[in-house]
Amino acid sequence: MSCGAFALKDALVAEIARRGIQDEALVVTTGCNGFCERGPILLVHPDGVFYQRLSPADVPLLVEEHLIKGRPVPRLMYVPPEGGLPVPKMADIEFFKHQRLIVLRNRGRIDPEKIEEYIAYDGYEGAAKALERMTPEEIVAEVSAAGLRGRGGAGFPTGRKWDLCRREPGSPKYLICNGDEGDPGAFMDRSVLEADPHAILEGMIIGAKAIGAARGFVYIRDEYPLAVSRIGIALRQAREMGLLGRDILGTGFDFDLEIVRGAGAFVSGEETALIASIEGQRAYPRQRPPYPAQSGLWGRPTVINNVETWANVPSIIRRGAAWFSSLGTETSKGTKIFSLVGKINNTGLVEVPMGIRLRDIVYAIGGGIPKGRDFKAVQIGGPSGGCIPKELLDLPIDYESLTQAGAMMGSGGMIVMDEDTCMVDIALYFLRFTQEESCGKCSPCRIGTRQMAEILARITAGEGSLEDLEKLGTLAATVKRGSLCGLGQTAPNPVLSTLRHFRDEYLAHIVDRVCPAGVCKSLITFTIDPEKCVGCLLCLKACPVHAISGERKKVHVIDPDVCIKCGACLNACPAKVRAVIKRAGDRAGASREGAAAPKDA
Amino acid sequence: MQQRRTAGVAGRGQASPGLRRSTVSAERAAARIVVRKYGGQRRAVIQILQDLQERLRWLAPETLEAVALELKMPPAHVTSVATFYKSFSLAPRGRHICTVCMGTACHVRGGATVLEHFERKLGLRAGQTSPDREVTLERVNCLGACALAPLAVIDGRYHGQMNESKADKVLQPILRAGGPAPDAGSGPEDGEAL
Repeated sequence: MSCGAFALKDALVAEIARRGIQDEALVVTTGCNGFCERGPILLVHPDGVFYQRLSPADVPLLVEEHLIKGRPVPRLMYVPPEGGLPVPKMADIEFFKHQRLIVLRNRGRIDPEKIEEYIAYDGYEGAAKALERMTPEEIVAEVSAAGLRGRGGAGFPTGRKWDLCRREPGSPKYLICNGDEGDPGAFMDRSVLEADPHAILEGMIIGAKAIGAARGFVYIRDEYPLAVSRIGIALRQAREMGLLGRDILGTGFDFDLEIVRGAGAFVSGEETALIASIEGQRAYPRQRPPYPAQSGLWGRPTVINNVETWANVPSIIRRGAAWFSSLGTETSKGTKIFSLVGKINNTGLVEVPMGIRLRDIVYAIGGGIPKGRDFKAVQIGGPSGGCIPKELLDLPIDYESLTQAGAMMGSGGMIVMDEDTCMVDIALYFLRFTQEESCGKCSPCRIGTRQMAEILARITAGEGSLEDLEKLGTLAATVKRGSLCGLGQTAPNPVLSTLRHFRDEYLAHIVDRVCPAGVCKSLITFTIDPEKCVGCLLCLKACPVHAISGERKKVHVIDPDVCIKCGACLNACPAKVRAVIKRAGDRAGASREGAAAPKDA
Repeated sequence: MQQRRTAGVAGRGQASPGLRRSTVSAERAAARIVVRKYGGQRRAVIQILQDLQERLRWLAPETLEAVALELKMPPAHVTSVATFYKSFSLAPRGRHICTVCMGTACHVRGGATVLEHFERKLGLRAGQTSPDREVTLERVNCLGACALAPLAVIDGRYHGQMNESKADKVLQPILRAGGPAPDAGSGPEDGEAL
């Protein structure tokens, strides 16, 4: 969408009308297809031909050749990064081959703004079954038997949560869909909200019957305006069809939903904080128990589940618990959506069975690391998660194995890192994030994350000491123990997991004053190789601070005192010249003196 | 302390009927329309502030006060909400909004360097607005468009795979429109090179 899909659609509709084939070709706008790297994407049915990275300029050729003459256009097809022939069919592309779609089953297939298309693919069948033929006990039993666990992070069994709430005497009861997807690098909830909004509504209708709720709320992050608008359209259509509101499907059951927009606070993804936000308060978490299932929104029993969890429910009811639990591992059933981003060839959203090996996600689906670089680690679980190093590539992905490896399922963001990523810098990045997002209620979280970030900043500046590592460990333990909610309890994880798997990188920064990945600016230098420089002025023009001097056809020189180490010169230097050198370390002695000198001055 | 603050605010609140006699302030009028849309429900205060920000670009102290009066709730509560959530801008924002994404995917692909470049080009730190209110530079934690990393959004348009030269190109119209002082040196330097 962000790549300009709307312009493409307009061009396509215009061209089809111009050629007078509008009765034979229908342009359907669908939600995200998952292969974001290749957007904008066009699928031609019934042939199943997959076109990628299209621009409006490609449209006339495509319509002429494929739609009119029936000759697919290889030039616009997907070519595997390792080379080879274009792959015409979507089903044959490696990226799609290993996936198993339950939550994303309708992606790239239906128009999310048309309820009829959702219904045509068995939509609302689960809701009808639950409302007409199942008792609340049976619904809860089915969801429990399926083994569905919360997809928002902690992995609490959904059936148990529902059962707890169902047995509570208080009323009215409420349902909440948590769409406050705050983890940077995770966007599966956004995709489900945008591509298949009715699946969430249907899941919530089923949940409402199970616990006896008459009202629910869909809480959506403010940064996702399209998701807000699509859910709004879905709600209107469902009401018109009698699927929401009074006497749903003539069963006498009443239930309705409303949208609440978030306002840009990471902590409001925490369930008690989110509840406070719906009530119109600051999003401060509160102590549990009592759990929301006992005392939630306005003190009433409330079930709060994540977007992806809700979207799993219709399929479970429609196809049965036995089918669902046949997928996955002993303790983690079904599938999980991961967003595969960072240093990876095939950026996108993938839905895979639980228990799949990390290696298969990174290499078979993700297509490996770009530019032939080496894989270093995958960061899973966002600011609450941790890094999984190369040695653990064969780890089967489920809730328990990830926790054991020092990471966390979290919402399922997978950020792939290569040898050019500095792990200390990553730890600092996340600590700065949590420090900024800490609501400030608990001092260990508010002050501890700040202290940890300051220590990490010192280390990346080449001014750390071995004592700092010990201090980091102590602080991490305090923050974990002394915080009320998940944000603080998990905030030290990125530091702990990088310390565990990449201690040598910390030591390199502290002892040798070297950033092995060449990221930390205080520990790298840029120079120009006089042998190679051809005097083309490109780097000189690219330099934003005018640190480079030289003339045409004469060797250029970088002034290290002015240089801000942005790397613009490195990017500007033509590939066949390669005169700009980024050094990480061989001036170790010099930079150590350099670091000390300004302080004396 | 608490008592005194409430009293002071109530005093300010009473001043407004006088205002209404001559003309209702723009903020009050806007607040009234939006509050009515949400049925005057106090729990909708966050949504109300969002809608108002969309209309007015930022939340002035007068706007917050108007919301408090319309909802009949303590102004301190409205302020506490407005200062807690990041989407609310309590300072004027510019005509152009430049947002640089600082998500993890953008970070590993050089997002920090992109932000620094924007800061230098615009002469603003993240979160600042130029004195002539022409442009605001903002950072955001993740826009969920990680395939485009590093990402910058300028007036609602997404620009992916951002780097220095691309940034210069997309910022040019804004800088030319008489925004904040552009990087003074780059002009003559280019001329020299030619």
